[in-house]
Amino acid sequence: MCGIVGLFLKDRHLEPHLGAMLTDMLITMTDRGPDSAGIAIYSGAGEGRAKITVQSSDPGREFANLDADLKDAIGTPVLMLIKDTHAVLEVPLGQLEAARSALAHLRPAVKVMSAGESIEIFKEVGLPKDVAARFGVSKMGGTHGIGHTRMATESAVTTMGAHPFSTGADQCLVHNGSLSNHNGVRRELKRLGMTFETENDTEVGAAFISHKLQTGDTLGHALEATLTDLDGFFTFVVGTRNGFGVVRDPIACKPAVMAETDQYVAFGSEYRALVNLPGIETARVWEPEPATVYFWER
Amino acid sequence: MQTFDLAKEGLRALNASLHALKGQTNMTEWDIINPRGAHAIAAGVDAPVDITVRGSTGYYCAGMNKQATIRIKGSAGPGVAENMMSGTVIIDGDASQYAGATGNGGLLVIKGNASSRCGISMKGIDIVVHGNIGHMSCFMAQSGNLVVLGNAGEALGDSLYEARLFVRGSVKSLGADCIEKEMRPEHLALLADLLKRGEADHKAKPEEFKRYGSARKLYNFNIDNAAAY
Repeated sequence: MCGIVGLFLKDRHLEPHLGAMLTDMLITMTDRGPDSAGIAIYSGAGEGRAKITVQSSDPGREFANLDADLKDAIGTPVLMLIKDTHAVLEVPLGQLEAARSALAHLRPAVKVMSAGESIEIFKEVGLPKDVAARFGVSKMGGTHGIGHTRMATESAVTTMGAHPFSTGADQCLVHNGSLSNHNGVRRELKRLGMTFETENDTEVGAAFISHKLQTGDTLGHALEATLTDLDGFFTFVVGTRNGFGVVRDPIACKPAVMAETDQYVAFGSEYRALVNLPGIETARVWEPEPATVYFWER
Repeated sequence: MQTFDLAKEGLRALNASLHALKGQTNMTEWDIINPRGAHAIAAGVDAPVDITVRGSTGYYCAGMNKQATIRIKGSAGPGVAENMMSGTVIIDGDASQYAGATGNGGLLVIKGNASSRCGISMKGIDIVVHGNIGHMSCFMAQSGNLVVLGNAGEALGDSLYEARLFVRGSVKSLGADCIEKEMRPEHLALLADLLKRGEADHKAKPEEFKRYGSARKLYNFNIDNAAAY
């Protein structure tokens, strides 16, 4: 199974409540997948800052003095916010790549969950309510976000195997389904220079889209290409710095419901996930068509 | 009139109350409020009662229904009226995938659109869809009637047995062994009755439909048909 939720806000007044709304939606989907949960939140684009969200299984040791060590390495102050096993490191946008290189050198065991102008990803093994509480997701604001609760089928139940997967700056993808040609696609993407953290099929889907975007494709074209190049079952929801997209494979056996009002576009694996959204009674609610790309950009 | 607040009293209490209705009962009208997309609402009812669900439902609403008339004042999730035996289920909005799957009898009316696999493996149910239906509808359908006022998606009636399919709009493609057939007077009469019972007689006339059915070439394995399997 797996449960997916997503929210793309049009009404700026809702932005302070994004984390709370997504958390509520994700908790409703708990019984679609109890193995691990994760959330990607986009906020603060265009402010000239970049964020690197990192994870460690030994945060007490690995995060100690990390901000000071990074500052010494890149020569500008670094703001660090520790949340349980994750930490968000803020650096000037122009220093993002330098900070990432320094980080790999300073703390080789620390995993990068996401990096970019606006994305932050928090994910761990456990139920949505526990994962959301550990990272204080319900207090976070933002412009758009995606959440996932996993029932593992394709690879191990680990933090790195949890969704969302981020394989490019400000990009993330969550997946309900399973890909059957992921090993072949992974080999091809590795040959083209993409790197992988896991043996997971979904990471291949994410990297496939990231590679398309890197080579100049639009989000819409990248999503179209999944329909011809990826084999298997999938409902994908993807996030970019300023966009939010949905695509389902042609068989479309993995469920999906969408709702749109003047205030938001919302995605849920089931309608249950959407029932607490404001104005849902009068929202346009529909099931996304198979093999059809939907995306919204601001 | 019994009003049941699903948000307050819960699904198990609802279905236990409905399952307790046997034979003749004085509690013939039920109003279910706050369905909020819950699963299995009014599944397994076996009594001649009228149930109205005030909102949208999740998986398997009205599954295995016998005798009851169940109205959904919203849209229905996957597997609505799955394996219905008798009675009537009427959905004001859309239905998700495999609506009416394996249905043995009764009438399922969908006033919006139905998505993929509508009427898959149906065995005697009548289904009337006012809008469109998705791909692989009526796959291996054995008997019963499907009426679609709008269009049908890919692979309609693949590996069809004896169900009759009536489509007013376009059919994106026919599945293996499904062909268009002649519309005879008895089919027009059947359609007129189905449109009336499906609350669609003001929207369409029997003459506007085409009939599809089985070419009966896949009943037994024949090496000459291997390419069609």
